[in-house]
Amino acid sequence: MRRDLTTSILAVVVFTVLLGVLYPFAVWGIGQVAFPGKADGSQIHMDGRLVGSSLIGQDFSRPVLDRSGKPKQDEDGNPIIEPDPQWFQGRPSATGYSPSATYFANHGPNQASTVAFYKDNLAGYLALERPYARGLTKAQVPVDAVTASASGVDPHISKANALIQAHRIAAVRRLPVGRVHQLIDDHTDGRFAGLLGEPGVNVVELNIALDKEAPVT
Amino acid sequence: MTQGWLQIAFFCAVLVACVPLLGGYMARVFRNETVFLTRALGSVERGIYRLLRVDVTREQDWKAYGTSLITVSLLFWLALYVILRTQTIHPLNPEGFHSGTWDVSFNTVSSFLTNTNWQYYGGETTMSYFSQMAGLAVQNFVSAAVGIVVVVALIRGIVARREGNSGLGNFWQDLTRTVLYVLLPISVIGAVLLMSQGVIQSFSHSLPFSSLNGTSGSLAMGPVASQEVIKELGTNGGGFFNVNSAFPFENPTTLSNFVELFLILLIPASLTYTFGRMVGSRRQGWAIFGVMSALFVAGVVVVYLAEQHGTPAQHLAGVNTHHVAGSTGGNMEGKDQRFGIANSGLWAAVTTVTSCGAVNAAFESLTGIGGLVPFANLSASETIFGGVGTGLYSMLLFVILAVFIGGLMVGRTPEYLGKKIEAREIKLVSIGVLFTPIAALIATALATGTKYGGPSVYASGPQGFSESIYAYMSQANNNGSAFAGYTGYYQPNPGNLGAHGISFADLLGGLTMMGARYVPILVVLAVAGSLVRKKAAPAGLGTMRTDTPTFAVLLGGVVVLVGALTFFPALLLGPIVQGLTNQVF
Repeated sequence: MRRDLTTSILAVVVFTVLLGVLYPFAVWGIGQVAFPGKADGSQIHMDGRLVGSSLIGQDFSRPVLDRSGKPKQDEDGNPIIEPDPQWFQGRPSATGYSPSATYFANHGPNQASTVAFYKDNLAGYLALERPYARGLTKAQVPVDAVTASASGVDPHISKANALIQAHRIAAVRRLPVGRVHQLIDDHTDGRFAGLLGEPGVNVVELNIALDKEAPVT
Repeated sequence: MTQGWLQIAFFCAVLVACVPLLGGYMARVFRNETVFLTRALGSVERGIYRLLRVDVTREQDWKAYGTSLITVSLLFWLALYVILRTQTIHPLNPEGFHSGTWDVSFNTVSSFLTNTNWQYYGGETTMSYFSQMAGLAVQNFVSAAVGIVVVVALIRGIVARREGNSGLGNFWQDLTRTVLYVLLPISVIGAVLLMSQGVIQSFSHSLPFSSLNGTSGSLAMGPVASQEVIKELGTNGGGFFNVNSAFPFENPTTLSNFVELFLILLIPASLTYTFGRMVGSRRQGWAIFGVMSALFVAGVVVVYLAEQHGTPAQHLAGVNTHHVAGSTGGNMEGKDQRFGIANSGLWAAVTTVTSCGAVNAAFESLTGIGGLVPFANLSASETIFGGVGTGLYSMLLFVILAVFIGGLMVGRTPEYLGKKIEAREIKLVSIGVLFTPIAALIATALATGTKYGGPSVYASGPQGFSESIYAYMSQANNNGSAFAGYTGYYQPNPGNLGAHGISFADLLGGLTMMGARYVPILVVLAVAGSLVRKKAAPAGLGTMRTDTPTFAVLLGGVVVLVGALTFFPALLLGPIVQGLTNQVF
């Protein structure tokens, strides 16, 4: 027993140094040499400043302004926001696309509150897209557009979702719809080896490409 | 759905192909033979023995083996508790996080020691890099190795052929060899693969940025890749980030998702082959593998079909959950686009048959029937592949039980691989088989029958009950996945400032995890100690064969029956009600 105690104390030290210090630093070293950009978070810099990561989705809303041009607030003093029509919009997020404090939306399958959440999202999506995609019906709205993602920072939307939004983007940014479709294809991450996962359109990268080609003045 | 089935079939094929490779390798490691890595790591291995001042040639009987195991676990428990409670003085704490509260730390430490990785805390908002890598991730290795050495000791007990022999091997040697020759090399390879996909490994503070529309945020950083890989490989499951493998810095691409899924099942599946090799009959290993695979595949099929159908809430709101051009449809709530329905469903099954508990989608948002699959898998008490080591020893307990029941049915003396199964073994096996489900049910009863469980529950109606029972089934099975609405922690600000735990949930969960980990471990070691002394009888005409399809069906039946009889009444109140109704609550 006493012998075990001594051995155990030594084991805690030895294994903590080996597995808790040497191993993670060795992996870090390999990462810095072999994949410097990726191991540091696939950062996107523009004009020398950090604007995000190509793996992390972003919020593309804007504050709603009142008549005097001041941001409107709700009863709790939080700014009221709406989707900004000049950008492709990502999926609903419970965390406001926070990449530093993540949590699940936890909408249950049989919760009354979840039904209200979907109804709001559907109405919001149709209100935003219908002026540009005439005749758009509820049944045409793909499910990813109205359901909350798992990570809260899902960088992707489905192709179907992007093609609906393409009408709006083409109108706002005065681009031919065909060109917007081309950009969507350029920024679609396909299945790995044509087999694994689902294709998704990377919203952040797509919006950056759009803004380069046809900035809103 | 064809594409989805193809992906699932491909995953299973790759796994089956790798089982003999790693399984055979591990058999050599645990027979203490020279392996190809000995040339590189042999000196490290001997160095560790010297540092620990142990003589590994000395075999231990089951009591000595168990004493070493419990003592080192206790010491690691204390060390991790101290680390979590002293975060303010840590190096590598760039965000300046405060220390955890005592009750949440108790839960977390118990959770990581027992290979559960139940998480009431959110990683990126409460844990320093030092706590994550030198505290939690070290336990990811050690708790995995502890699970593996226990099954190795049991196998040695079964294969021992010398009467009166009591040695089961040397705990320190097994622990060291498991870490050095199995876990660490695969982790390094896996970490490199994951980094190539964009999993981060950085010691930088979080990076402030200004997004395209001008709002500011910050990217959480950390040594993620090194922890991510062992989190899957060791079937631990505790994410660096709160949303676990859904977060792109843990699981950025469809390939990283495949790698992680593969790592979760790799060791539990391969150990069946290791078993076959060590007992000298590969058929014995494949028979167990077959039973596990059949139960696993059944769960995958159910969860994928269910998730493709959407939820009552979606249908009532008029959401179209059917496949349309450019979208797979299905219940995308709580799932990320790159994984879709097939990979989220497959993950839900993989992570709950094993005791991993990592998630890439929100369990709380699964359909009623889809959510039933994790429940059913937990009901099987880690026998369907299960955790590393723990899965196989749990299954071997059921094998002994099945041998006993089968022996009674056909009127033969129950024996397994030449060892007679007698009253002592059956008593021990009964304790081992029943302890986990009983712990789960008692804890659930305490949480739902008293007012103390109330503050932890998030959702209303049957979903709230599902959250509660899942929390304690998950902790009792050392799984760690959650219907994440259930909480034991209030955290108003990042960094533990002003945070407080829900002591009842933290303590009850912590005690459940520890009891359901160490009682079965001691039972297994005692069975090993009992079997090792027995003279092996040669197989005769009266021997019931345990490598036939008939026996496999019997074994699967026993697993399903015990699990279903124990949990069916309770599950009726939660997921089954939800799956059978279109109502909302």
